[in-house]
Amino acid sequence: MSSRALIFLVPVVVIAIFWAMSNREAKFAHDPTHKSFFERNGTGLGIVFIALVAFWTLFLVVLPYLYMVQESFHPRLAPMKRGGPEDFLTIGQYKSFFVEPTSGDWNINHMKAFFWSIAYSVIVTALNFAICYPIAFYMAQAGTIQKVRLIMLGLIVPYWVNEILRAFAMRLLLTTKGLINQTLMGLGIIDTPFDFLGTDVGLFTGLSYAYLLVMVFPLYNAIESLDKNQIEAARDLGAPWWRIHKDVVMPYAKPGIASGCTMVFMLAAGSLAAPQFLGGPRTLWFTSIVYDFFFQAFNWPRGAAYAFILLACCIAFVMLMLRLFKVSLGETIR
Amino acid sequence: MSAGVELDHVTVRFGQFTAVDNATLDIKGGEFFSFLGPSGCGKTTILRTVSGFLDPSEGSVRIGGQDMGGIGPNKRPTALIFQNLALFPLMTVAENITYGLRVRGTSKADRRNKAGELLDLIALPGQGDKLVSELSGGQKQRVAIARALAVQPQVLLLDEPLSALDLKLRQHMRNELRAIQKQVGITFIYITHDQGEALTMSDRIAVMSDGVIQQVADGKTVYDAPDTAFVASFVGENNPFTGTVTKAGKDGAVLETAFGPLRGRNPKGLKAGDKAILFVRPESFMPVKGAADTTLAAKVISVAFEGNVTHVYLKGANKKDITLTVGRHGGVKIPEQGAKAQISYDAEQGLVLPEGTMARE
Repeated sequence: MSSRALIFLVPVVVIAIFWAMSNREAKFAHDPTHKSFFERNGTGLGIVFIALVAFWTLFLVVLPYLYMVQESFHPRLAPMKRGGPEDFLTIGQYKSFFVEPTSGDWNINHMKAFFWSIAYSVIVTALNFAICYPIAFYMAQAGTIQKVRLIMLGLIVPYWVNEILRAFAMRLLLTTKGLINQTLMGLGIIDTPFDFLGTDVGLFTGLSYAYLLVMVFPLYNAIESLDKNQIEAARDLGAPWWRIHKDVVMPYAKPGIASGCTMVFMLAAGSLAAPQFLGGPRTLWFTSIVYDFFFQAFNWPRGAAYAFILLACCIAFVMLMLRLFKVSLGETIR
Repeated sequence: MSAGVELDHVTVRFGQFTAVDNATLDIKGGEFFSFLGPSGCGKTTILRTVSGFLDPSEGSVRIGGQDMGGIGPNKRPTALIFQNLALFPLMTVAENITYGLRVRGTSKADRRNKAGELLDLIALPGQGDKLVSELSGGQKQRVAIARALAVQPQVLLLDEPLSALDLKLRQHMRNELRAIQKQVGITFIYITHDQGEALTMSDRIAVMSDGVIQQVADGKTVYDAPDTAFVASFVGENNPFTGTVTKAGKDGAVLETAFGPLRGRNPKGLKAGDKAILFVRPESFMPVKGAADTTLAAKVISVAFEGNVTHVYLKGANKKDITLTVGRHGGVKIPEQGAKAQISYDAEQGLVLPEGTMARE
């Protein structure tokens, strides 16, 4: 049996394992005061529920990924050759990230794009945090209800516009003949237009703006539940404002900060539209390379392998950061 | 070192609402001073004004003779103990206690010494490395006190810090607070709605109602010689009899009430024709007939035996019952339920005050 067909066996095995576990639980550790899932819902409805959840998780979430995983371990083949003698399992696609298979040279371009994507994403995350923390703190602790509502509206409404349109709008503002440069030159502040896009100002602005909400809301949630008396107690004990944030607010909001930063970092590293429209000519975002493998070169195996390299590294990086700041993964999704 | 606190015509408004109305007070250095009043009377507002979290709309606050206008809470020689204590949950006990020193840049060794010293004071020696969540309610209370004392304030402000504790612990902490105050010798300003706390601990008490300071005096005076109808009805139990003054002289005034003419002291110098309230404390009543103008007759609704004392409830003129409290060894016969009883009081124990707002039950 080919490895592709094998993939479809995985869900069946998973279901079987869970079935066995539930049976075991019913037999050995059954609590007579609690009705089991089937006792509560009836057999018919119970099966429908399980089937719906199973469809959702398996067909919409698990299987596509599994298919991609196995695809990444195959050579690139014409459809007719699939399953033939040339179709074998290989880590060649992963190797190609480091060594270009055609020339045998180090694949500097791709590795550089990968490194810069990660590094830029870190900067975007930091930038985003610096922008969002004051907003979230104001909303959670300082602002009146009316003002907080106004800010929320101001934050949410722009997101009704789709991402690509927003990126283009930003580009219109920032190009050499864009509104900002025209205004600055009109006012006589600068003589020659400033290259916002070439210097990656556009990229940082666009990415930070794109994920504002993703950062603001976890922070807001975390800070909102902080007892105001804690802040006042620190102040009363003589702490200047920055120490109150460093010693009281931030440690308390750490899970929210971790959650927001994780999401922004992941989304920024995996973003496609903003880097393509707002990045400078020298900026090559790693996702663009993945995109090109899928839709330009039609090399799905290599694209899949690249995507998984990105995913694995991002997860590893996030885990490392969480460990460094002593936050458990469970806290970030609370 | 301790400093006095002066309130000079302090008024605090929130929009249209006046929380504190023209408060003038002189709290002496080293005094244990309480603000007593029902919730919403403005006592917490006064505390926040002294600590610097609020600015007075009018008037000024002086601490140790120095005007505090424009000086923030982190720069004032005060320390505040919050109602919910507001200990920092992510810090250890020692870190909590020495936080004020840490932000002042005190060295680690000095902080450790100070923490040890204060942990001894609050009888929690060697427990500095515990987390706050590992402590009991009373221990948290003491940590909050230590944290406030660590910055060596000249004035310690306490915002109903005992209200979250159970009765036994609360009574124990009263004595402890008083002892700590004697030991450190600084000014304590204590906010409470619990008259027992105010009466047992304070050197002086300010009774407040609706933003107005009604009376400032020591506990005994507040209880025995209340200035206003509010103080008389708020501090301790009291039986009010409303009426009109018919006779007034140096030896007191006689009020025409629903129970006939009743006599009492007249410290406010009310004149015939004035509307007034006569107050008689439950323990001042005796279940025997006395002089005509200090005796009233009423039906006994119920009798409640409470061990050391017995309360007798009689039908009053308004919705409120008349309460009479007899001690264990009074040697008098306690009237039975349903009987029509004659009760009387010593005219000196009756107090005639001008009509005014009374404390809500």
